[in-house]
Amino acid sequence: MFDLTGMTALVTGASGGIGSAIAKALHGQGATVALSGTRAAALETVAAELGDRVHVVPANLSDREAVEGLVPAAEAAMGGLDILVNNAGITRDGLFIRMKDDDWDQVIAVNLTSAFRLSRAAVKGMMKRRYGRIIGITSIVGVTGNAGQGNYAAAKAGMIGMTKALAQEVATRNVTVNTVAPGFIETAMTEVLNDKQREATLAQVPAGRLGTGDEIAAAVVYLASREAAYTTGQTLHVNGGMAMI
Amino acid sequence: MSDIADRVKKIVIENLGADPEKVTLEASFIEDLGADSLDTVELVMAFEEEFGVEIPDDAADTIQTVGDAVTYLTKATA
Repeated sequence: MFDLTGMTALVTGASGGIGSAIAKALHGQGATVALSGTRAAALETVAAELGDRVHVVPANLSDREAVEGLVPAAEAAMGGLDILVNNAGITRDGLFIRMKDDDWDQVIAVNLTSAFRLSRAAVKGMMKRRYGRIIGITSIVGVTGNAGQGNYAAAKAGMIGMTKALAQEVATRNVTVNTVAPGFIETAMTEVLNDKQREATLAQVPAGRLGTGDEIAAAVVYLASREAAYTTGQTLHVNGGMAMI
Repeated sequence: MSDIADRVKKIVIENLGADPEKVTLEASFIEDLGADSLDTVELVMAFEEEFGVEIPDDAADTIQTVGDAVTYLTKATA
């Protein structure tokens, strides 16, 4: 089950906690992976861990030209693109009433607009080849909202709507489009919480612990697999029961 | 003209898996050749690639038959 031998995958934000776990998991199932991100050195470290069947394609997703060039670069490096994981994301948190336009624009550009452009570029070849998997990493926050994250919640909710629209357009071409919505996951982002914040966070999670990058990656592997052919337009929530939707 | 027609027909046959005999200049992509709306977009994209031209959306809407495509591409590449 879930064998990805011979498949090619592009993962954005691949040097981060969740992104590197996703890249490793796809690679572990046999896929050739292209790692993208802004930090070339960090990407090389992940690539070195994986060994063969790996390509590094750095790109700054807030740069429009870099976004336009990324899918062609990945396709050229791997000879095609079967799986696109739009994982890259940034936060610029702040209370709504004080939120700067620039913080809004940046978060929408990197988290949502880049996912749109990469998906548009990737889906072309996928439709032609009559096979493809596009997976967006959204967030529980895109469904429930979160104080201080108006921009981030909007981008993540936008990704879910975009996914459903695209999924409807390309379903007859055997291209599926889905999202995974993590809850609280152990990453650099949650490491900065103090004990009190951590306790308050965990109080909301029935599982009583933070999730791991591997647990998000497992959901991505499923959606990326041939076996998931009949699952499209969905959001798979991986949140320890924090929200049951 | 005939060269363009042959190239257009080849793309239509490949993209739609249509019976070559049915791919006449009069044939409508949707009504005669079984294309859906997404197929017609893919066809336009394939024409763009083959002929190295950009076909704007409003022009694409007027390309309903094989003959329409041949006429448009003949003008566009003239």
